[in-house]
Amino acid sequence: MKTLNDPKNYKKNIKAFHPKTNYFMNCLKAFLVGGFICLVGEAIQKAYAAFTDYTEKSAGNPTVATLILISSLLTGFGVYDKIGQFAGAGSLIPVTGFANSITSAALEHKSEGIVLGIATNMFKLAGSVIVFGVVSATVFGLIRLTVNNLLG
Amino acid sequence: MKIGKQTWRFQEPVYLISTGTTAGPLEKRGPLGETIDKTFDDLHCGEKNWEAAERRLMREAVDICLKNVNLSPEEVDYFLAGDLLNQTVTSNFIARETRIPYLGLFGACSTSMMGLALASLLVDGGYANHVLTAVSSHNATAERQFRYPTEYGGPRPQTATFTATGAGAALVGKARSPIVIREATIGRVIDWGIGDAYDMGSAMAPAAADTIERHLHDTGRNPEDYDMILTGDLSSVGSPILRQLLWERDLDISEIHQDSGLMLYSPNQPVFAGGSGTACSAIVTYGYIVRLLRTGKIGRVLIVATGALLNPTIIQQKESIPCVAHGIVLESTGGE
Amino acid sequence: MDFVWAFVIGGLICVIGQMLLDLFKLTPAHVVVSFVVAGAFLDAFGLYDKLIAFAGAGATVPITSFGHSLLHGAMQEANEHGYIGLAMGVFKLTSAGITSALLFGFLVALIFKPKG
Repeated sequence: MKTLNDPKNYKKNIKAFHPKTNYFMNCLKAFLVGGFICLVGEAIQKAYAAFTDYTEKSAGNPTVATLILISSLLTGFGVYDKIGQFAGAGSLIPVTGFANSITSAALEHKSEGIVLGIATNMFKLAGSVIVFGVVSATVFGLIRLTVNNLLG
Repeated sequence: MKIGKQTWRFQEPVYLISTGTTAGPLEKRGPLGETIDKTFDDLHCGEKNWEAAERRLMREAVDICLKNVNLSPEEVDYFLAGDLLNQTVTSNFIARETRIPYLGLFGACSTSMMGLALASLLVDGGYANHVLTAVSSHNATAERQFRYPTEYGGPRPQTATFTATGAGAALVGKARSPIVIREATIGRVIDWGIGDAYDMGSAMAPAAADTIERHLHDTGRNPEDYDMILTGDLSSVGSPILRQLLWERDLDISEIHQDSGLMLYSPNQPVFAGGSGTACSAIVTYGYIVRLLRTGKIGRVLIVATGALLNPTIIQQKESIPCVAHGIVLESTGGE
Repeated sequence: MDFVWAFVIGGLICVIGQMLLDLFKLTPAHVVVSFVVAGAFLDAFGLYDKLIAFAGAGATVPITSFGHSLLHGAMQEANEHGYIGLAMGVFKLTSAGITSALLFGFLVALIFKPKG
């Protein structure tokens, strides 16, 4: 008989006591919310292309900036963390999640001052994204460039 | 007097003379909202930041506790307090304000009963007439210290617990009151390898089981001798694990076991697996349980406050969580 | 049709993230970091541009596109200036995103109070 009083295998044996993750529902919520955020992005991009001088291609930058503004405001109003708990990766993966990680850290440390609180802590969560992005991009770029040079 | 291996039995009756509790908006709307002395509708409690809000909660709890028996801080011999913030900073500030000789305590969420045990010991040993003990926790201060900024949108797993916002204070002394502090069992640190800060119920259950088993062994009692065994913050994950652990050791507590973290909130409140935090067991014990004892509705209760002794650094270094649980037996003298 | 594909592809990318959270128990930070690296990786083979052409915002809004833009900018400059161009160009295309996130984050932090 399996006994729970077994420190060595405790971690394994308690799995039965944990609430079951509803994989399907979580994925569905992530799909719907994530898809919706991208849909909003598409609409903003098309609107910039239609009503301003931006082309469909160059409208990418103002679109991302607009989404980031919306996300920062939702974070300020205390809504984005609630969306995040509901949508999981659906609101984590879009660029709005990146903006949320910056704004939430800045906001949280406001009480410690503008320089040492807000500014110092801004990259607390987002820093890893930028570091890994830059490191991987330069490494992949280095490889591609070297391969091109050798072939070319 | 020490009985058995880990238990103190107080010789002369030591009384729980007075208590004071405070809490935030979510606790107010919970099932025990009515039993909390003072609640705030705003998580900031009218203060300018979260840390100040937590101090406000503890300050008010201490005030209420002393005012109930018309005692001034000068008449209190020692102040034993703790909280979850680095260097127990909330307690330090309240000690500065009250100017009562102070010992800061850290036992994570077990600090409530650790404080009550030590307070009783001082009174029982004749080293003090009145000892005040208090604990506090605040959801936002704990979140930002142990996890993520409060507005961060990263999802939490369902095994996570929700740090209660509030504080509890208790005054221990020799003056007669309807509640006697009979015994205290000091727990050992137990670590069965859980390193997930989002699953503290599972991590703490073995510590609670160990302390309860020890306590029953030391006192020679059975689970049936208690009207209730109340754990601190094992949540909906750790509570069934605790019952199973004890059941396998031939101790059936399923009829009388309750968990503060599950009593403080109703199931439809957004607290994941249940409440946790230093204040969790204190609000329930010093509010609801004390009322039951005072009116004689229950006779004897064992309160086992459970603490996960972690900090964010050791978690990220992939260490597992040392856990501890301290037990206190409160008895009613038969109602007022 | 653009809208449908933006929704579906953007949604599916998030579903992959959700599976990393639920099945592999990764922390949110690990998931996001993996996605950025994956975006740069796909761009190294020129695949991410194909996805953008197909899905529009469905591919530019998820954080994978951050990795893609980093590499893209780096390669643009590198073609002109050689290896040092990688360092010169890495933030070229992502500058708008990073700057607005910093600026709006800073302003919001000045104006608002955390709600808890």
